Amino acid sequence: MKHRLPSTVSEPAPVRWTLIGIALAFVIITLVLPLALVLSQALAGGVREFWGALAEPDAQAALRLTLTAAAIAVPANLVFGVCAAWSIAKFEFKGKQLLLTLIDLPFAVSPVISGLIYVLLFGLQGWFGPWLAAHDIKIIFAVPGIVLATVFVTFPFIARELIPVMQEQGTDEEEAAATLGAGGWQTFVRVTLPNIKWALLYGVVLCNARAMGEFGAVSVVSGHIRGMTNTLPLHVEILYNEYNAVAAFSVASLLMLLAIVTLVLKTWIEGRAHRQVGAPVMETVR
Amino acid sequence: MSILIDNVSKHFVGFRALSHVSLEIPTGGLVALLGPSGCGKTTLLRIVAGLDRQDSGRILFDGDDMSRIHTRDRRVGFVFQHYALFRHMTVFDNVAFGLTVRPRRLRPGADEINAKVCELLTLVQLEGLAQRYPSQLSGGQRQRVALARALAVNPKVLLLDEPFGALDARVRKELRRWLRQLHDELHVTSIFVTHDQDEALEVADTVVVMNAGRIEQIGSPVEVCEAPATPFVREFLGEVSLPRAEAATLVRLPAKTPSPEVFGRAAP
Repeated sequence: MKHRLPSTVSEPAPVRWTLIGIALAFVIITLVLPLALVLSQALAGGVREFWGALAEPDAQAALRLTLTAAAIAVPANLVFGVCAAWSIAKFEFKGKQLLLTLIDLPFAVSPVISGLIYVLLFGLQGWFGPWLAAHDIKIIFAVPGIVLATVFVTFPFIARELIPVMQEQGTDEEEAAATLGAGGWQTFVRVTLPNIKWALLYGVVLCNARAMGEFGAVSVVSGHIRGMTNTLPLHVEILYNEYNAVAAFSVASLLMLLAIVTLVLKTWIEGRAHRQVGAPVMETVR
Repeated sequence: MSILIDNVSKHFVGFRALSHVSLEIPTGGLVALLGPSGCGKTTLLRIVAGLDRQDSGRILFDGDDMSRIHTRDRRVGFVFQHYALFRHMTVFDNVAFGLTVRPRRLRPGADEINAKVCELLTLVQLEGLAQRYPSQLSGGQRQRVALARALAVNPKVLLLDEPFGALDARVRKELRRWLRQLHDELHVTSIFVTHDQDEALEVADTVVVMNAGRIEQIGSPVEVCEAPATPFVREFLGEVSLPRAEAATLVRLPAKTPSPEVFGRAAP
């Protein structure tokens, strides 16, 4: 803001500076300092060691697995999120409130519980365990389990982002498209999608960030087999527990890079969405 | 294209929106569905368009039962109260939408679409605004874009849901005269919904007065004004006078929410 508030409604200067100071100190201590620490630790042994930790086969395998899990979880939740938001925003049906509540479930339960659910379902002692074992299908302590846990934890992001936007827009434009002769798919691609694209992209970015960074749920179902079922966050933990601080922080800096990219994308999307004529203002989910 | 509404009923949860409504609209007619809010007039319009489904009864266009025909195949032009323009498209793309979504073999060429859109924008007096976005237009301009968009597909029926409801009094009066003229030029069978007695009497050939999901009276503006069929019609129209009749000779009582425009209007 360029315009200063008139003095009658503004707090006195000392109050203002104290408030700003507290906020700033908090941000520095809890956000900036740790980030700086991660980077400095990662580079403590020099650039060569930094690259060495990243190029190491187990780290590479962890990176691949993280990318794979995200590559499956994000599109899956994209499809689900659009379907769920569409049905909640545009139709009236029984159980709508229940569906809304269920979508929030992954936010409500601890990620560790989310992981345990899958262990209880698909683990050896679980409901489907014996059947899966008999058919030689491995889900827990294998890649499918990690993907499932990731999908579960990132389930609400896109749907939650879209629902308020679609509810606000109502069904008028879709109805207008129908009276003009557009089919369902044409209406979706030419009318609905352009109206929700920024909210959708925003949801995808958040969903992706969470999918790559998820620790708790994945940790429960992973089994921590190096080079096989380790994702990046799990790999960081293992390295750290082995007192391999430089390697741990080097891999951690990869995740940090992802966080920064996410923030930049998020800011860019918000800027674009605001600038676009008539685009709705988005709300953050959490 | 004549429209026959045959014994149509519709329930929503907890209330009866329409009960056994029958109405016949001749080709080229301009009919107003007039009534207080909640009387079922918009529901009836949406059922004619296929945007809602009736529980029982039939809708016939030129004798063909439309009940199982999807909105997109009914060839109705629908104008929404809040315009429902595609907000991410320019005025041009809005008007062209109905043509560009046609299957490839039925789609006109780019030149033809261009010519058609220009012709329509001239018709609604918005020639210079083709590249604007809806948010850059005034309410009256938006509603005219909505009308041009509806007309682009050569609809056999034009349905208007409170087309001037969201506009201020002056623009509303201008637009309704203009709509009447437009109808006289195009002769598209049209139904429009309104709760404004003046609007219905000034624009329509036939006024259908509705209340609580039923039709109270069908008649010309003169008939419904001078010979109200029920106490409801008498009360609902009692406060207004015929716009084109000898307004000066009739006693003008204050309308429910009188606008200065209504009082200030000179007798023609």
